[in-house]
Amino acid sequence: MSDHAAHAAAAHPDTATGIDSRKLAIWTFIGSECLFFATLISNYLVHKETWLTGPGPFPHEAWTSPAGKVFEPIIEIPLVTLGTALLLFSSLFVVLALANAQRGNRRGLLLWLGCTLLCGLFFVGMQVYEFTHFVHKGLTLKTNLFGGSFFVLTGFHGTHVSIGVLWLFTLWILAWRGKLTADKSLNLEIAALYWHFVDVVWVVIFPVVYLIK
Amino acid sequence: MATTALGHRAHAAAGHAEPTGIWSWITTVDHKRIGILYGTTAFMFFLMGGIEALLLRIQLGSPDNTFLSPTTYNELFTMHGTTMIFLAIMPISAAFFNFIIPLQIGARDVAFPRLNAFSYWVFLMGGLFLNVSWLFGAAPDTGWFGYANLTSRQYSPGINVDFWLFGLQILGVASLAAAVNFFTTVLNLRAPGMRLMRMPIFTWMSFITQVLLLLAFPVITVALILLMFDRFFGTNFYVPSGGGDPLLWQHLFWIFGHPEVYILILPAFGIISEILPVFSRKPLFGYAAMVFSGIFIAFLGFGVWSHHMFATGMGPIADTYFSLVTMLIAIPTGVKIFNWLGTAWGGSIQYKTPMYFALGFIAMFIIGGLSGVMHASPPADLQQTDTYFVVAHFHYVMFGGSIFGLVAGAYYWWPKMFGRVLNERLGKWHFWLMLIGFNVTFFPMHILGLNGMPRRVYTYPAGLGFETLNLLETIGAFILASSFAVFLYNIYRTWRGPRNAPADPWNGATLEWSIPSPPQEWNFAEVPVVHGRDPLWEAKRERSGPLPEPARVSGEGIHLPNPSYWPLVTALGLTAMMAGVMLIHHLGPWGILAGGAIMLFGIFNWVFEPAG
Amino acid sequence: MHLRIRALRLPRRVAFVLPLLLLFAAGCSPEHYPQTGLRPLSDYARIGDDIQNTTFYWAVGVFVLVEGALLYAIFRFRGKPDDPEPRQIHGNTAIEIIWTVVPALILAAIAVPTVRGIFETNAIPKGPEVLTVEVVGHQWWWEFRYPDLKLTTANELHIPVGQTVLVRMGSGDVIHSFWPPRFAGKRDVFPNRETRMWFKAEKAGEYPGQCAEFCGIEHGRMAFRVMAQTPDEFQAWVAHMQTLGPKRAAAAATDSVRTASAGAAVQTGKTPAAKPQAGGQDTAAAAQAAPPSDPAYAAGEKLFMAKGCVGCHSLQAVDAPKGMIGPNLANVGARTTIGAGSFKNTDETLARWIQNPQLLKQGVLMPNLGVTPDEAKSLVAFLRAHK
Repeated sequence: MSDHAAHAAAAHPDTATGIDSRKLAIWTFIGSECLFFATLISNYLVHKETWLTGPGPFPHEAWTSPAGKVFEPIIEIPLVTLGTALLLFSSLFVVLALANAQRGNRRGLLLWLGCTLLCGLFFVGMQVYEFTHFVHKGLTLKTNLFGGSFFVLTGFHGTHVSIGVLWLFTLWILAWRGKLTADKSLNLEIAALYWHFVDVVWVVIFPVVYLIK
Repeated sequence: MATTALGHRAHAAAGHAEPTGIWSWITTVDHKRIGILYGTTAFMFFLMGGIEALLLRIQLGSPDNTFLSPTTYNELFTMHGTTMIFLAIMPISAAFFNFIIPLQIGARDVAFPRLNAFSYWVFLMGGLFLNVSWLFGAAPDTGWFGYANLTSRQYSPGINVDFWLFGLQILGVASLAAAVNFFTTVLNLRAPGMRLMRMPIFTWMSFITQVLLLLAFPVITVALILLMFDRFFGTNFYVPSGGGDPLLWQHLFWIFGHPEVYILILPAFGIISEILPVFSRKPLFGYAAMVFSGIFIAFLGFGVWSHHMFATGMGPIADTYFSLVTMLIAIPTGVKIFNWLGTAWGGSIQYKTPMYFALGFIAMFIIGGLSGVMHASPPADLQQTDTYFVVAHFHYVMFGGSIFGLVAGAYYWWPKMFGRVLNERLGKWHFWLMLIGFNVTFFPMHILGLNGMPRRVYTYPAGLGFETLNLLETIGAFILASSFAVFLYNIYRTWRGPRNAPADPWNGATLEWSIPSPPQEWNFAEVPVVHGRDPLWEAKRERSGPLPEPARVSGEGIHLPNPSYWPLVTALGLTAMMAGVMLIHHLGPWGILAGGAIMLFGIFNWVFEPAG
Repeated sequence: MHLRIRALRLPRRVAFVLPLLLLFAAGCSPEHYPQTGLRPLSDYARIGDDIQNTTFYWAVGVFVLVEGALLYAIFRFRGKPDDPEPRQIHGNTAIEIIWTVVPALILAAIAVPTVRGIFETNAIPKGPEVLTVEVVGHQWWWEFRYPDLKLTTANELHIPVGQTVLVRMGSGDVIHSFWPPRFAGKRDVFPNRETRMWFKAEKAGEYPGQCAEFCGIEHGRMAFRVMAQTPDEFQAWVAHMQTLGPKRAAAAATDSVRTASAGAAVQTGKTPAAKPQAGGQDTAAAAQAAPPSDPAYAAGEKLFMAKGCVGCHSLQAVDAPKGMIGPNLANVGARTTIGAGSFKNTDETLARWIQNPQLLKQGVLMPNLGVTPDEAKSLVAFLRAHK
């Protein structure tokens, strides 16, 4: 108790939980985001088999529409698997970047954070390619409900990745200018928590959209 | 009068050098000022919603009335519901979260003062965005529930629904930002010794509300996103001709909508749970039961959404499940009512205005709760749903409950917020007019509903028997409105009077009463240490008498966050971006890009400015 | 001082409330309300009504006890500021358990009949004695079809007393909700799925009902009538309706009728109607049911084609085309109301409606066709003959 009282007198009292407020806030935000993606994924599951025309959701097989038109499978699993793998590796890289930041190792921080960024950029690029490819194959937002729910789900995930890339890039610039010192590593830790979350969401989306028939 | 005001301003200036002027309010990050901004703005919207209600009541005062056109009626009832829920009850609750929570937990501010300012500005923008629609003659007209597929482009080609859609999205951002902030504040900024089970009950109920906000709002956000894609980008999520299902909207909407009901009522539960012990001079009966029943209500609140949809014909299994879980909610709600009775029971009740409203709350909420149990049974609900019986039910809960509770809170905390005690005699006039007006307006709706008057009809033909009671309700609505005229007059009179409220006018039990009224910018010159649930009562008991009036201090050496206008810039950018999406077919991507650029500019400046 | 104020205030309050209470009491009896949900006239509605009564009586009991306790506490525990501090009680586990368990038991008492009622109301009746009716909701009127009888009508649902009616519902546009309160609670009507209800009417009569789900601008004027008839009356009505169709018309065709249809066919060629064939048959059916000698009738018939009315309204009750935008008018002359239960079906109102539908029902989808008063008179004569 006396310890607490001593803290209370200080200008910056410790938090009641012992967790930094910014960290607690990002966890809270992530909790809320879980519901956001859960709803989007549910929307996809509800609609993935509701399509009247256009390319369907089966990655491995073609189908013939009631009008007699044959649609080829359009999903390219190898490419997306590569994107997924790189996104997962980026989670490891950001942990390494954080470890370097906490030790005050600027070169290691720049290296691993750079790797994270490249992985993130590759993933976004992959998605841009995939979307363009789908549109060329005749699957747009409007084609059918599989298309609509697919683009909305993966699109919002992609937006989250892009925001993460922008955030990490800002931190990379700060690190490059030597402003992301060990005592400010929490700034990176928070961004990393967000980045991990975005990865974990993809770990759910990937099998749901690409692997499960 | 003038000399009093002047003299008193001089006194305030001598007491502490608080910044003044409009700029100081625009850049404020002080939770108390933001609370006042929230309260004032929301009260204005509340009056607007009230005027909308009066117009509706005039229209329904006589059969086949042509006072309002059907279009105007539909716009008015849509905006009345949307305004009262999102622009009145929620932000008035937020005003109390802002002003009171940090004071009750012994904190100097919220965890993120600038995020707090951002929440307010976004809320203001959202409210304005929704109401600007009136100027375009295109107010939302599909109900606050906006059931698909009536909201599809085909059946609602105008921009009415777009104002509603993007207005709600903007308001959702405000709610989520505030929820993250208060969740963190309550957990992290509690004074030493204030364990979770020592937290004041208002803080507890508000905390549960934040959790509900965090979990419910993402669902409506997605539901609105899907609607946006349907209306703007040609998807068919809710459009049957494209394979979509309008029922999906109902599920998503009520998965949000039912927790939303508890978001609206839990803060009021908390407020009257503060007031009853203070004016009964007796601690809250069954504190732990109060906390856990609140948590239980919130938890069950996520599992009952389809009781709003019994008429859709979900089949016997789903009906049974949702009916039984709905009934379960009556148990923790009953526990709360009984505990309030237990608190007053055996007390020494001091009849001040806040206590009148708190007791009125209990009396009215019981009626709303019981009619709620009547809806829980689907075969009976099929007659009740979408009639005035439901209108009566939720007004007993939302007005008889939430508004009575919030008004009780206003009278209770007014001295703390403004340093002036509201007039007791006018307060009691306010109470009696409100109680009578409320019951005259809403009680007959039970009877009309059971006797076949549906909701949301802009008129009814003569001969169905609805004439008499509708006229009575319209009279009641004006009595109800007059009670708020008395309230406004009370505020005006009190504002003209001296700022002389003591720190602890009601013999309070919680920390906010230990500091001057109104509190100084830093709230607590010295961070308090808490040893129990009613820290102030314990301190008074130790001294065997009232505490000395706390002195105003210079506050030297106390560290305060810097004011900032970047939250406002960011909020403006966000709103512009939403407007850009709404106008995408006119402006192309430029509106979105411009808004997004302003928002990013705001965020970066916010992040890199020294927080102080 | 408190007591004195209270003593002064109470009688004044009563004096104020008393007239309101009288007004209120006058509006309480369900007998004043033809659309009441409290006087069920079918087996289905009784299931809900019984449960509603059960919950209502429990609710009243709880209400009296809890509000009584509240009032007792309010008056009994009135304190003065200088009174000694009351005993500080933080809770009482035994009492708290009691007031958790007792409500649970009351709820169980409500839950048992509720679950039984849910399963009873969801059991769909089958068999040859069941009369199937299809209800289609439209913005803002009701279409009623009898698939086994091949009949279609609008806004007035005829049913026989004592026979179970199975109602199968759908919508032509947005979500509506079908609600005949004397016979059943609501069931929503969807554009993409079929919903059902059933009931066996107990008493003949004319009963109002209306749409109960907000469905757009004219939701408030989307009512209908249920015409519950004795089995004989209903049979007679069916027999009569079955004369209002193409087959009967063809069989009974006379020279004058043939001339009329020929003329009509020429006229329909000018209208945007998609079904000139059906239009011709309609006229034939109508003509045989009406005095061909009336010049107003003949003029009205021509106008009905020329103004394009036939594009949205069918005049045949038997095998009527599906998907019409406007209500079926085969027996419009015999209906009690027009505008989906909104206005009494008088010649004058009908004429006003034909000239400017938006004047009576602002949002109605029927366009203003620029009909003159004289033309309206002829059209009324023509429609009035469609009984």
